[in-house]
Amino acid sequence: MNLHAIAAIYVYEMKRFFRTIFESLLSPVISTTLYFVVFGAAIGGRIEEVEGVSYGAFIVPGLIMLSVMTQAISNASFGIYFPKFIGTIYELLSAPINFFEIVIGYVGAAATKSLLIGGVILLTAGFFVDLEIRHPAMMLAFLVMICVSFALFGFIIGIWSENFQQLQLIPLLVITPLVFLGGAFYSVSMLPPAWQVVTLFNPVVYLISGFRWSFFGVADVAVSWSLLAIAVFFALCLAVVWWIFRTGYRIKA
Amino acid sequence: MTPIVEVTNLSKTYKDGFTALRGVDLTIAEGEILALLGPNGAGKTTLISALCGITTPTGGHARIGGHDVITDYRAARRLVGLVPQEVALEPFEKVINTVRFSRGLFGKGRDEALIERILRQLSLWDKRDARIRELSGGMKRRVLIAKALCHEPRVLFLDEPTAGVDVELRRDMWEVVRGLKASGVTIILTTHYIEEAEAIADRVAVINKGEILLVENKADLMRRMGRKTLRIDLATPVAEVPAALATYDLERIEEGAALLYHYDTRGEGTGITRLLQALAREGLSLRDIETRQSSLEEIFVGLVQEDAA
Ligand SMILES: Nc1ncnc2c1ncn2[C@@H]1O[C@H](COP(=O)(O)OP(=O)(O)O)[C@@H](O)[C@H]1O
Ligand SMILES: [Mg+2]
Repeated sequence: MNLHAIAAIYVYEMKRFFRTIFESLLSPVISTTLYFVVFGAAIGGRIEEVEGVSYGAFIVPGLIMLSVMTQAISNASFGIYFPKFIGTIYELLSAPINFFEIVIGYVGAAATKSLLIGGVILLTAGFFVDLEIRHPAMMLAFLVMICVSFALFGFIIGIWSENFQQLQLIPLLVITPLVFLGGAFYSVSMLPPAWQVVTLFNPVVYLISGFRWSFFGVADVAVSWSLLAIAVFFALCLAVVWWIFRTGYRIKA
Repeated sequence: MTPIVEVTNLSKTYKDGFTALRGVDLTIAEGEILALLGPNGAGKTTLISALCGITTPTGGHARIGGHDVITDYRAARRLVGLVPQEVALEPFEKVINTVRFSRGLFGKGRDEALIERILRQLSLWDKRDARIRELSGGMKRRVLIAKALCHEPRVLFLDEPTAGVDVELRRDMWEVVRGLKASGVTIILTTHYIEEAEAIADRVAVINKGEILLVENKADLMRRMGRKTLRIDLATPVAEVPAALATYDLERIEEGAALLYHYDTRGEGTGITRLLQALAREGLSLRDIETRQSSLEEIFVGLVQEDAA
């Protein structure tokens, strides 16, 4: 294990983040505030409570998920795409490291960044609503697992992408809709029965549901399903990464 | 000679079916400067890439410091510094940070004193806090070299280090390379400039179309392959080469004011004595004679043409 190399990649990536820390954190804080204004105040005024939770508080876990997932993906995909794009990947390929060490460095950094952003959103939300977290340890565990697995997913996207458009494509076309339709801003039980069934095919539902459960103790699906969903997603991403490692897919000519 | 790089029957066929290396055999001695000389597209970069892990060879083996570059890649790569052909650096990063990053990537702990020494050696110390995009092209190349050196490699691959670099900078670069050799680093540099190989290499390997055509001591190469030319300036121009001298295959130039005699230093005898005697017998009086050794360039062009034929 080349620990120095993992540390070098991790520190390098985190420095990039801290170099633009203001922008990095400002945009999630602003968008969270906007969501609160729009969903919390405007719509929340009409919806009293969802499953015994005030609407303002109810959307907090979904908001955090939305940001954390998109940030984990964009940070990790950009982190590995950028060296490919400007050619500095030669150095990673010629270094005495294996692919998993590269993955740990980049995915670790991207997961850390999104975790920090998630924390900042949680704090921001605290200014707007009273939040009481029922299962703090589980909340943190869900958050970390989601950060890591989505960073892993982002890493794969970064490897796969051959241009900036592709880099944006999956987050835009797949992740954002799945999160919006995944119960970030409503409870699945609020939907017509047919749509409730359709929704169950959306993997993000399980993630948001589990995360929300750790806050309020209410869930759309059983917590064990949520844990299973994360585990499966994580395993799938790992398998793809392993395959990339075996074949040198889109990194070695 | 202690070999530090051993390449055996190495080949590379790219995914599109193009074969860029065809069974390359090459042994590089510790401490030497080897110039890998070949025209564009010869396979120089591919060979280096296969040795450094940038691309996976499709056949054969390669060892660096006795370690197989595939099965024992960690040990092999630890010994290797690579300066790529294309300048690839993060534009917004500071010089010193990108160098520190490289050192870490190669599994080495911090050593600020060493990094300072390398940056000074490459005249980059004053620029250590500059962002890469603020540097000139020559300085960027030096940064690449600093990155390759900061983990103390024993073998340094320089892929066309002076391509597109002005003459002055090229000489600077040669100084840097000589300095590195003096510090015990083995250097493999690719080039399509003959003068570069001629100026700094100990040995020259000529590669064309993925095949090594020859590997030879530079001096030996020039001696062995070097055809020499004897130029004979005549006191009185001749209208044609006298029939008695036909066997010497003389070339009449400058309207008969001079004759050129091509000979091979490899041969048993050069035939010069007999030629001069024959000239005397023909009653030609000589004003001056001069010999000239053909340059590596001519040797190289000759080889590549032979190869094409
Ligand atoms: N990734 C690649 N896929 C297909 N062909 C390639 C690739 N890289 C290089 N080649 C081809 O291999 C040959 C050798 O290229 P290269 O090693 O870069 O030559 P050199 O460095 O000597 O100029 C060239 O004909 C080039 O077009
Ligand atoms: Mg090349």
